[in-house]
Amino acid sequence: MDYFFELFFSGLSKGSIYALIALGYTMVYGIIELINFAHGEIYMIGAFTALIISGILTILGFNKISILILATIGAVIYSSAYGFTVEKIAYKPLRGSSRLSPLISAIGMSIFLQNYVLLAQTPNFVSFPELIPEIKWLEPYSSFLGSTDFVIIVTTAIVLVLLTILIKFTKIGKAMRATAQNQVMAALVGVNVDKIISVTFIIGSGLAAIGGVLIGSHVGQINFYIGFIAGIKAFTAAVLGGIGSIPGAVLGGLVLGWTESFGTGYISSDYEDVFAFCLLVLILIFRPAGILGESTQQKV
Amino acid sequence: MNKKEPILDVKNISMHFGGLKAVDKLSLQVYPDEIVALIGPNGAGKTTFFNCITGIYEPTLGDVFVLRDGKKRRLNGLKPNKVTELGLARTFQNIRIFSNMTVLENVMVGRHCRTKSWVIGAILRDKKTRQEEIETIEYSYNLLEKLDLHKFANEMAKNLPYGAQKKLEIARALATDPVLLLLDEPAAGLNPQETSELKDIINKIKEEEKISILLIEHDMKLVMNISDRVYVMESGRLLAQGTPREISQNPEVIKAYLGEEHA
Amino acid sequence: MFEEIKKSLKVSIWFMFLTFPIMVIKVNLTDKVIIWRWKNLILVGIGSFFLSFIWRYLLERKAKKAKKEEMGIGQTSIFLKIFNNPKYAKPLYIIFLLFILAFPFIFSMYQTNIMISALIYVMLGLGLNIVVGLAGLLDLGYVAFYAVGAYSYALLNYHFHINFWLALPIGGLLAAIFGIVLGFPVLRLRGDYLAIVTLGFGEIIRLILENWDEFSFGPSGISNIPRPSLFGINLGVKESTIFIYYLIVFMSIITIFVVNRLQNSRLGRAWIALREDEIACQAMGIDKTKTKLTAFALGATWAGFGGVIFAAKTTFINPASFTFLESAIILSIVVLGGMGSIQGVILAALIMILLPEYLRAFSDYRMLIFGASMVLMMVFRPEGLIPSSRRKYEYDPTKR
Repeated sequence: MDYFFELFFSGLSKGSIYALIALGYTMVYGIIELINFAHGEIYMIGAFTALIISGILTILGFNKISILILATIGAVIYSSAYGFTVEKIAYKPLRGSSRLSPLISAIGMSIFLQNYVLLAQTPNFVSFPELIPEIKWLEPYSSFLGSTDFVIIVTTAIVLVLLTILIKFTKIGKAMRATAQNQVMAALVGVNVDKIISVTFIIGSGLAAIGGVLIGSHVGQINFYIGFIAGIKAFTAAVLGGIGSIPGAVLGGLVLGWTESFGTGYISSDYEDVFAFCLLVLILIFRPAGILGESTQQKV
Repeated sequence: MNKKEPILDVKNISMHFGGLKAVDKLSLQVYPDEIVALIGPNGAGKTTFFNCITGIYEPTLGDVFVLRDGKKRRLNGLKPNKVTELGLARTFQNIRIFSNMTVLENVMVGRHCRTKSWVIGAILRDKKTRQEEIETIEYSYNLLEKLDLHKFANEMAKNLPYGAQKKLEIARALATDPVLLLLDEPAAGLNPQETSELKDIINKIKEEEKISILLIEHDMKLVMNISDRVYVMESGRLLAQGTPREISQNPEVIKAYLGEEHA
Repeated sequence: MFEEIKKSLKVSIWFMFLTFPIMVIKVNLTDKVIIWRWKNLILVGIGSFFLSFIWRYLLERKAKKAKKEEMGIGQTSIFLKIFNNPKYAKPLYIIFLLFILAFPFIFSMYQTNIMISALIYVMLGLGLNIVVGLAGLLDLGYVAFYAVGAYSYALLNYHFHINFWLALPIGGLLAAIFGIVLGFPVLRLRGDYLAIVTLGFGEIIRLILENWDEFSFGPSGISNIPRPSLFGINLGVKESTIFIYYLIVFMSIITIFVVNRLQNSRLGRAWIALREDEIACQAMGIDKTKTKLTAFALGATWAGFGGVIFAAKTTFINPASFTFLESAIILSIVVLGGMGSIQGVILAALIMILLPEYLRAFSDYRMLIFGASMVLMMVFRPEGLIPSSRRKYEYDPTKR
């Protein structure tokens, strides 16, 4: 039974991180109907920024908790800045063009950012400092729930609550929902659509950065390529839950996390990524609207 | 005229979206050599009705039949391309031309369902394929001439003025060799001169090509002018039908169009 | 002018901030040293200052051009005029063809080998051009079919000693079958979902090749794949390189011929109509599924041929040659060249593969430039280097 719970919690923590990244995909898709291919790279840049900041602070002799907090803040700021800039360069000039153009631009941006980090930092894996401290009172349960998993799950939960409050109850959240419903109408009633799109990119990127920090300290090493696979998996999660739906992204993330962890735990660990891809293909073929999504008919 | 069999026979079709009845038990017939108009206020379900009979939606209830070459075929549940093959051709409310193809090519695409060549023919360009290609070009060019579009033949379709694009949609639909042409608001956005040209084109199609026409239109003057019969829809239902004269004097129709106080 | 400088200064400061941690700082945790690369900061600052001027200028120019086109006075560039005028284009093509034919006698073996790679990419680019450029289906897993071709030759040869000449059509056919089998369930998906699913399929195939050792020999791959023989005579390395070179030239010419005929046929028009507007296309009586599947299968066939030739050229294949990056490179060739444009795809393939090989200093930056050029192309010149032009049909009504 312990083994089952171990898989359950590792799936839950993995799924939480997918959910954090998936939120960025879903929010952007909800507003401008674009699969932001470069989103995985934003997450990777978040992880690298955290690595650099925590490296400096470790050498300077800061303690673990303050490093974790400062590195996370730095990662969030930088990822958001990158998300904002990417939108301005690669997507904004393409608004109103055919559907394929922004998608290709996004793929280009993704390749560019990967190689930018590869050239400016390193092509190799670098070890990520362990930032999350051991939690004493968790020790009796350590056979199936580690401190890192626990922190990941709790952090994700807190972030989700905050995000829900932001979207449901603040003015900017209302404007975001209005823009997602109908851009033209939102603009007519005085919503600054450009600003809302930027805000969406900033929030999505910030969430991805938190995911980046958490996964870095969970896995213990990162490289320039982690964004690609994580990005596709998070996208799978977003589609699984129903793209455009925020609770859907979370549900999708968790389902994917569990699929992977039980799949590798009970079937074979060689095919970890295959499970995710198969799930993606199956979902898109049989229920393209996702678990919580509504199917929409194209208007003629 | 009514002694003949209808070429389009719609029997009690309904289209439900969840709880919404966009089209509710509507029956409609179009007979050979006839221009029929379908009118009604915005949101009455006219375009949904078109989509139901052209295979874009599958009607929830009811039957749609089309008569081509003396054979009556049921259209329900067929894909749009099959419906076109069976003789219904349509235009769209918002222009849907192939922008990055030439005007002639747009019409040539319309010949697709009446021609056959495929991969092997395309690569080898054998005699049969070449012959078919020449016929396609000739047929399409003639159609362009009829609609006075031939001077644009090698122009990119996206560069045409709005009125010409609307005509191109009609030419393209005609290229599929239909028995019935469905026009969705053909006069929308046209100036009075273009509208009068459209009227001539529609009459010409009926007279010369022997193709019946079913059109959705808001321009009452045009409708009253060219239609043999008019159907009026409101909130998915059939409100009235009859000759333009009967319709223009029908108190129910006047009420639906002008509001209570005029009834 | 002052305003412009202020704007550029802002951009420059923003980019210096943005790139600061990644470009300037490098931390080595094992030795506990921090490397500060201040030079990079200055480079970024100056670079982004000037680039922002160019960026704004190009955006303005694009807006002006769009306005002009709206008023109906759009103009084609000199470049295009040359390409579209048979008087200039024909001699140009002939010179180019002669150069290609003489290539192995003018240049070294090493360079001939590079040219073979480039020509394989021409084939792949033209094949993907059918799917993406003509039919408008964004296929991000194209490399899977390339892998199918390469592995079918390698495995058939390993198990049954099937030679290259037999493997070539088998590889193409198997890739086409794969295209149909994979295409059937996914082709009803919307454009961007299709892109992701094809990417998923591509990765699944690569992961299977990597992990299913009994079938594909896993990550270590298959070596000692024979080069093609000539009438049963086995050639030496040099001769066989030259032979493969002419083989790929011949195959490329066939590809160009076929794609050119396809795009100006009933089927080609149906593909383009499908790309332009799916609903109108169906309303013209075109069977969406059948037309899409044909595009998918034909595109895959060329990847299959390319794969067989690739395996014969390198004599060694492993799954690492068939990553998503490869799909992205082929896609960027199609995009840069101009979707649907044969000349464009050829030019782009030659530029993208040859340039990094000859400019060695450049080769580290190859993927960086690929990525950047994909973005820039989409922003400033979405129609590609040589935009595709549609055939003009001459029809003389007097000759009726």
